[in-house]
Amino acid sequence: MENRIKRLFAEKQGGLLSVYFTAGYPNLNDTVPIILELEKNGVDLIEVGMPFSDPLADGPTIQQSSEIAIRNGMTIPMLFEQLQDIRQHTQIPLVLMGYLNPVMQYGVERFCQKCREVGIDGIILPDLPLADYVREYKHIFEEHNLSKVFLITPQTPEQRIREIDTHTNGFVYMVSSASTTGSTNGKAVANTDYFQRVGKMELRNPAMIGFGIHNNDTFSQACQHAKGAIIGSAFIKAVAQEGSLQENIHSFIQSIRTTA
Amino acid sequence: MKYSVDENGFYGKFGGAYVPEMLYPNVEELRQNYLKIMQEPDFQEELQGLLKDYVGRPTPLYYAKRLSEKYHTKIYLKREDLNHTGAHKINNTMGQILLAKRLGKKRIIAETGAGQHGVATATVCALMGLECIVYMGEVDIERQAPNVARMKMLGATVVPATSGSRTLKDATNEAIRDWINNPEDTYYIIGSVVGPHPYPDMVARFQAVISEEMMTQLQEKEGRDYPDYVVACVGGGSNAAGAFYHYLDRSEVKLVAVEAAGLGVDSGESAATSVLGKEGIIHGSRTLLMQTEDGQVTEPYSISAGLDYPGVGPLHAHLHQSKRAVFESITDEEALQAVLELTRLEGIIPALESAHALAALGRIGAKPEDVVVVNLSGRGDKDLTTYLNRFHFDGE
Repeated sequence: MENRIKRLFAEKQGGLLSVYFTAGYPNLNDTVPIILELEKNGVDLIEVGMPFSDPLADGPTIQQSSEIAIRNGMTIPMLFEQLQDIRQHTQIPLVLMGYLNPVMQYGVERFCQKCREVGIDGIILPDLPLADYVREYKHIFEEHNLSKVFLITPQTPEQRIREIDTHTNGFVYMVSSASTTGSTNGKAVANTDYFQRVGKMELRNPAMIGFGIHNNDTFSQACQHAKGAIIGSAFIKAVAQEGSLQENIHSFIQSIRTTA
Repeated sequence: MKYSVDENGFYGKFGGAYVPEMLYPNVEELRQNYLKIMQEPDFQEELQGLLKDYVGRPTPLYYAKRLSEKYHTKIYLKREDLNHTGAHKINNTMGQILLAKRLGKKRIIAETGAGQHGVATATVCALMGLECIVYMGEVDIERQAPNVARMKMLGATVVPATSGSRTLKDATNEAIRDWINNPEDTYYIIGSVVGPHPYPDMVARFQAVISEEMMTQLQEKEGRDYPDYVVACVGGGSNAAGAFYHYLDRSEVKLVAVEAAGLGVDSGESAATSVLGKEGIIHGSRTLLMQTEDGQVTEPYSISAGLDYPGVGPLHAHLHQSKRAVFESITDEEALQAVLELTRLEGIIPALESAHALAALGRIGAKPEDVVVVNLSGRGDKDLTTYLNRFHFDGE
C-alpha cells in the first residue's frame, strides 16, 4: 500500500491544510468524529495528538487539552481501539504525534506494528533525537511503511537541516519561530528570511509550517513559503466552544480557508 | 572511571539528551563548550576565588560527637548548610553563571522546588548584574514562603507554575518552555543532576567540590582520605552526586542515597523513585521515573519540596541499577524526628531534605569503628513553619 502522505504531496501542489487535535478531547470518543468531520471540510492531513502529562514543547492550550484527555481516559491502547476501523471510512493521511515516553512504555516496535494495522501513515515524536532514531528505530519505522517527520527551527543549522531531510520522509515540519505551540504574537510568519533560506536549500521533502498559525492571514502567509501549514491550538480552542462538533469544525475550517 | 558519563552523555543506559529540536542548538552549544570553559585557568581562578571568599568554602567537616554516641559509630557532618544562602546549591549556580557569562548570555532562568536553588540563582544573578526569572510550583510557593521573599528581595522575578502537580516537575517544564521561547539570549541554570546531557555531568562536576574537600579533611582528621560510608539525600540528586563524586570508583566507600518515602513507599503518596520508578524519559533524560502504565508522569509527594520530584538524575539511576549505591527511603515523620534529634543533640537545625539523610543513620549498619559522612546539604530556616506546626514548642 502506498503511503498516503507521499501520495498527497504528489497530487497537491500547495495550500495544504493540516490540522492537529488532541485525541480524547473534548470528550473521550470524539477522536473518530473529529477526523471524519475534518475530512468532510476539506482538510488535507490530520495529526492526531497522543496526550502526555508533561508536554514540554506545548503552550497552555495543548497542555490543557492533554490534561483533560488523560483525565477522560485516553491512552495509546484506547486510541488504537478507536482507530481500529478508521480506514473503512476515510483515506485521509493520518499522522500520530506525541512524546516519546508513552510510546516507549507501549513499546516502539509494537507501536509501529499497530500503526500499520490501523492505517497510520506517519509519526511525529518531537523529543526523539535524530541520532537515536537513526541508530535504534529507523529500520522499524521503514519496515512498517511509516513516515517519520522531524522538526526544524529558525535556529537549526543548515548542515543539520540536510541531515534531518535525509532521514525524514513525508514532510519536514518547519517550526515557524522560536516558541512553544499556540503562540499568537505574530512572530509565526514574520521570519521570511528563514523560510526563504530553507526554500533555497531545495530539500528532498516538502515542508509544512506550523506553530503559531491560527487564522486565514497566518495560514495564507505560511502557504506562500511552504506546501502548506499546520494548525493545532487554534483548532483545539474552536472545537471546545459551545455548539456541536460539526458546526464548530465547519466554521473554523471556513474561517481558515476564507480571506477575512 | 566506570561511573562517569560517556561521550554520548550516558551513564550505562541512562542519560542522553531527549529534547525537541527547538532546544537542540542550546543544548549542543553547551555540550561543545562546558568542559572547555570549565578547564580554562581563568575560569577556575574566578570560580575558586568566589567559592572561597563569597560562598565561604571550604565548608567544615564536623565530627558530631553526641550523634556518634547515639548511633555507635563515627559520624561527620559535611556542613553544606554553612554555605552562603544556606545550602549546597550555590556551588552549582556560581559555576553555571560564570559559564553563562562566558557564553555571552544576558538572561538567566531557573526552576526551583524548595526554593534553595532559586535563591542560589537569584543570588549569583544579583552578584553578576544579570536578569533572573525563577519558575516555582504554586504549591511550593506556598510552603516555602521565606525563600520566595528572598528571591524577590534579590531582584528575581518568581513565576508560579500552575500546571500538573504545581511542584518541581512543573516548574521544570515551565523553565524549559521559557528556554524554547528565548533560545538566543537566555541561559537555563538547572539546579540538579537532571535534564538533558550535559547538565547532569556539568552539575555533578560543580558539586564535586563537596567530596574533593571531604578527601582533604578526612586525611587530616582520620589519616585516610575516604570514609566507610557517605550518606546523602536524593531528589534529583545534586548534593549526593557531589558527595559521592570522588568516591564513585572507590569500592571501599559505601554510598547511601536516601529518597523521600512521603507517607510511605506503598501509600500512593511518595517520591521514592528508585522503588516506584520505571525506565523512561523525563525532562530530556532517560532515567528512572514514577509513571503510570501508560507512560504518564505521576505526581509525587513528599513533605520536603526539594525531594518532591518524580524522577532521579541518570547517574543515580545507574548507581541504583548497578547496585553501586544503596537506596533507602525515609518517611515524612522519620525525617521530622531526625530534624529534632540533630537540633537537640548538636544544636544544628537541618533542612527537611537533609533530615532524610540523617534519618537513615540507624539503617546503614555502620560499626563503631566505621567513619560515616552525612552530607548536611542545607539548613532548616526555610522549614521553620513546618517544624513549629509539627512540634508545637509553645506547649512544652
